[in-house]
Amino acid sequence: MIADVGAQLGLAYAFVEREVALSKRYWAWEIVWLVYGIVTSLSVAYIGLAAPTIAGGSSDPAAVSRLVLYLLVGTITWRFLGLIFEQMAETIAWERWEGTIEYTFMAPVPRVTHLLGMCGATLVRAVGFSVAILAAVALFVPVDLSHANALAAIVLLLVGAVAFVGLAIGSAVFPLLWTEKGLQMAYIVQAVVLLVSGVYYPTTILPGWMQVLSFISPATYVIRGMRDALLDGADLGAVWPNLWPALVVGAISIPLGMRVFLWAERHAKRTGRLKRSG
Amino acid sequence: MAIEVRERIRAEKKTAALAACAVSKAFKPARVVPGGGMTVRAVDRVSLSVWRGEIYGLLGANGSGKSTLIRLFSTLLTPDTGTVSIFGLDIDRDELDVKRLINRVSVEASFFKKLSAMENLVYAGRLYGVPPDESRRKVVSILRRLGIEDPRMKEPLDKLSRGMQQKVAIARAFLTTPMLLLLDEPTTGLDIRSKREVQTFVRDLRDEHDATILLTTHDLDEAARLADRIGILHQGRLVAEGTPEELAARHGGGTLEDVFMTLTGRRLEDADATDAERPT
Repeated sequence: MIADVGAQLGLAYAFVEREVALSKRYWAWEIVWLVYGIVTSLSVAYIGLAAPTIAGGSSDPAAVSRLVLYLLVGTITWRFLGLIFEQMAETIAWERWEGTIEYTFMAPVPRVTHLLGMCGATLVRAVGFSVAILAAVALFVPVDLSHANALAAIVLLLVGAVAFVGLAIGSAVFPLLWTEKGLQMAYIVQAVVLLVSGVYYPTTILPGWMQVLSFISPATYVIRGMRDALLDGADLGAVWPNLWPALVVGAISIPLGMRVFLWAERHAKRTGRLKRSG
Repeated sequence: MAIEVRERIRAEKKTAALAACAVSKAFKPARVVPGGGMTVRAVDRVSLSVWRGEIYGLLGANGSGKSTLIRLFSTLLTPDTGTVSIFGLDIDRDELDVKRLINRVSVEASFFKKLSAMENLVYAGRLYGVPPDESRRKVVSILRRLGIEDPRMKEPLDKLSRGMQQKVAIARAFLTTPMLLLLDEPTTGLDIRSKREVQTFVRDLRDEHDATILLTTHDLDEAARLADRIGILHQGRLVAEGTPEELAARHGGGTLEDVFMTLTGRRLEDADATDAERPT
């Protein structure tokens, strides 16, 4: 049993190692995405700093500082979750483009292990990017984390990552079923999740039907909980109302995402869609 | 688990390496177009057996169904009807065990183009449970044997010629020591010298590693040179099967080209030209 788990972890690690090697070879693109992430986060922070000027009035510096942190927590948490979503959703599309999809699906690797390996690689990349963006933004904008509860924030991020993995695995099905337009569909899902999850504003300002969508997005709870932890120092007990819904979404979305993926793989084999394109 | 399956199969000498029974596969068009978009029957009730240690050549023009058949045997497609077993294991029910016994070389090299040959092959080895150190040793040995010098092994694949990429693809398949190797037009696009090197290596693999090989080709010379038995595939159907001598005796004598013409009504080169548009 232990040997089998070890063997599966070894197989999963193959995907982590491959993705790290690919990141090194595509280093110029990685720098592009990093710079893009830093610039986007900085721009959002500057909107916060300029809010009193834009609104045409004066504002308490503490309130401005709070607004900046409110926006930064949203944008960096979203960057972290978004990277997980994008990379997992691109799992199939990328291999189609490289032309390796048939070899990956022919290999004697259980699909769960394959996806677990891709999740590991994705988490490594998302953590690296998020830490680098936070460090770079802190150089330009004063970030007051004196009240932050780091433990609660880390737990929320971990739970959020797990919840997003399930959603992302479900979205990776689109490129499996629609060889040409599947990835675009996944990006639309990501865009809708961004809109409804309260990344830059409280979800209470959204129209009623969007609030229904925000209710099922794990990002809503993670971002809300992160703000409580980092702005107000909420501990694990205090963030529990946001933690448990994210846990529930993760507990449902991962097995559901896996099941849908396996169904889509069988469908792709029946219809001849498991092949390279591009 | 993989070792147990291999040992059991090695003990069962009489099991066919591959047995396909009345396998059919048709593809529907993605969208119904007025006046077009007909369902294409790529493989039509094909039954064949490949015996352990045999090199079986599947000969056919472009669009005859060769690649579809290979993709069915590789677990990348599921048959509409019929059954396929590899060393007695059902390709659908025992999919993971079957995958441990097979590997495939397709007409496209199919690699992560920015990774080196070594990186690609060590990754492939990991997927088949070959430890990285063992992979590195074997990769150097196999690639040297295929005429690739050491410095080229560390260059990104997209810097290598098409012929070299195809040799790396062949090395990938051999690295995992498959019991059944599916070669889908492995020498297409290679120069004469590379073609000969690959053909020699295929024969050596069978002789040295007890491998069974199913080879598709539209090269009559390659089929005659390598295959113990040949099956001729025409419009998705297996129209003849036997050793080159048996085929010649059964179908009016002469060369393999004459046999192909007798069975299909066309020369192979002409069939390639006219059937190239037929999707499979």
